[in-house]
Amino acid sequence: MAKIELINICKKYKDETVIDDLNLTIKDGSFTVLVGPSGCGKSTTLRMIAGLETATGGEIRIGGKRVNDTAPGHRDVAMVFQNYALYPTMTVRGNIEFGLKNRGVAKAEREKLIAEIAEIVGLDQLLDRKPQQLSGGQRQRVALARAMVKKPKVFILDEPLSNLDAKLRNQMRTELIQLHRRLGTTFVYVTHDQVEAMSMGDEIVVMHQGVIQQADTPMKLYHEPANLFTAQFIGTPAMNVLDTRDAAGLSLESESTVAKLGFRPEQAVFDWGGMHEGYRLTGEVMTRESLGAENIYQIKAPGGVFFVKTFLEPLREEQTVRVVVPYEQLYYFGPDGKRLYGVRVQERQLAAAGGV
Amino acid sequence: MALRVLNVLCLLLLVLVFAMPFGWMLSTSLKTLPETMIFPPAWIPKQPVWENYAEAWKTGPFLKYFMNSFIVAIGILICQALTIIPAAYAFARYKFAGSNLLFGVVMVTLMIPAQLIFLPVYLELSALKLLNTHLGLILPFASSAFGIFLLRQGFMQVPEELIEAARLDQASEWKIIVRLMVPLVKPVLVTFALFSFIAHWNDYFWPLVMTTNETARTLPLGIAKIREVEGVATWNVLMAGNLILVAPILVAFFFSQRHIIRAFVYSGVK
Ligand SMILES: Nc1ncnc2c1ncn2[C@@H]1O[C@H](COP(=O)(O)OP(=O)(O)OP(=O)(O)O)[C@@H](O)[C@H]1O
Ligand SMILES: [Mg+2]
Repeated sequence: MAKIELINICKKYKDETVIDDLNLTIKDGSFTVLVGPSGCGKSTTLRMIAGLETATGGEIRIGGKRVNDTAPGHRDVAMVFQNYALYPTMTVRGNIEFGLKNRGVAKAEREKLIAEIAEIVGLDQLLDRKPQQLSGGQRQRVALARAMVKKPKVFILDEPLSNLDAKLRNQMRTELIQLHRRLGTTFVYVTHDQVEAMSMGDEIVVMHQGVIQQADTPMKLYHEPANLFTAQFIGTPAMNVLDTRDAAGLSLESESTVAKLGFRPEQAVFDWGGMHEGYRLTGEVMTRESLGAENIYQIKAPGGVFFVKTFLEPLREEQTVRVVVPYEQLYYFGPDGKRLYGVRVQERQLAAAGGV
Repeated sequence: MALRVLNVLCLLLLVLVFAMPFGWMLSTSLKTLPETMIFPPAWIPKQPVWENYAEAWKTGPFLKYFMNSFIVAIGILICQALTIIPAAYAFARYKFAGSNLLFGVVMVTLMIPAQLIFLPVYLELSALKLLNTHLGLILPFASSAFGIFLLRQGFMQVPEELIEAARLDQASEWKIIVRLMVPLVKPVLVTFALFSFIAHWNDYFWPLVMTTNETARTLPLGIAKIREVEGVATWNVLMAGNLILVAPILVAFFFSQRHIIRAFVYSGVK
């Protein structure tokens, strides 16, 4: 068990800077998820922790110990790769055993450990098969078993579920969460899927172009995004963002310039004749999507296109709709995308806006 | 359907073309000398003359030739395995200063024919007192540019993650090569080994030049001598000798066939 610290980490490939001055502390025993769009440097960060990639600058500490110059095999880190990277010429047993043999674990001890792990991940019947003779889910389990059997201080998983079908992915998600609870080891998990991140992580690190946008718990990330990027990255559909210049009928009072205005699709309510206080929008319904319990509307207003999501309500059929967003559910962002706090809606304008 | 039949017919024809000389050799080796001359030629000897083999064997120190051939061909194989595998791995997987240049040099040696360098090599071996020794026949072939090239291709197809996984499993570079990489390229390796074995087992030119007496002479030289010993060409005995020569190759091929077919349809490691 160990805490991981990344201090002023830089990574360059030739002249291209992929990660610049990254600082991050991953708490001991946490399930930390790195999430971000493709190419933002998640895998690179992960690989630097594992030692498969050397940092161009900065310091990496695992359990308080500097590991920059420690070989991957000696960092007490186990990794699960996206395509599992099982040794094709070895049996399942051989795959699990390889790391133990290299560490000089005695034969009797190895057999015991393998039997234990095989039982946990449900591979006891398959120990003598080759990886090619296994299904995707079974290979995934072998990869997990291979990592677990070493009893590492840190587990590193790089998009381990992306090769599985939706159903199996859900199942493995649950299994991984349970596994983390049971082992209590630090998990660092990479995904580009924000839903996966939200459902699995107790700590989420949102990255964009090699820069950490926000590192927080899932709930904080959802309710208190620190910037426009996080706000739009987390949540389905993404947070609606309007330019304040296009937001008619809303007068704001703030110390700094408010460039953008945002609200979550699920916070907007269809206006039932002025029963709600808040920012009102009128628009044409462009598309309606019904997922059973929830409905998603795409609405075109003069200020821009936005989404509204409702739960357990009948699907609305009318063309023109009025929507209201409570004031306290509005988020404000500066020209640089930073979240602005302490923005007030002017009361006088309010009354006028209400009459629109 | 018609296409399939045509396909099979073509293949049969090819088999015939390649198998006929071999069949002729086998048939001749079991004939009496007059029988080899009759016209029209007969495929089946009236009475198989197994004594031809004994006679071929007796024309010289065949056991010695056989052993020499064996020591040289196997010796070359072992040396090549020891040099090619690490070299190919380094060229495939390490980026070091001058790696491209070095690989270029290796490739260039592929284009130099043996006939061009045998004289300097002869002088060198002579200076080292290695003429007429097994070592002298082995050393010039202790590595193979072709082998390095072939194996490097094989190693490059192995996904990087496999090696990374092994590194995380605390495997040393040697372990990675021996336990992970070599098993993955086994078909390529076996095919190369067979080709190398055949080439050096059958090699006539090099042993002819590098030996001046019987100490290290190999089988092909011995077979060639069958003609010299008798005044007339005793084709039946000569063919029997040839069959003795190719027998070990047939055995080797029989055992490695499975891998060779895999190597030729080789489409990378999954
Ligand atoms: N070996 C390399 N040489 C040069 N550039 C590289 C190398 N590896 C990665 N990069 C670059 O570094 C950046 C980050 O890559 P990385 O693999 O970390 O992305 P990622 O966040 O894992 O993306 P994905 O979700 O697609 O896996 C990319 O722009 C990529 O082009
Ligand atoms: Mg990646």
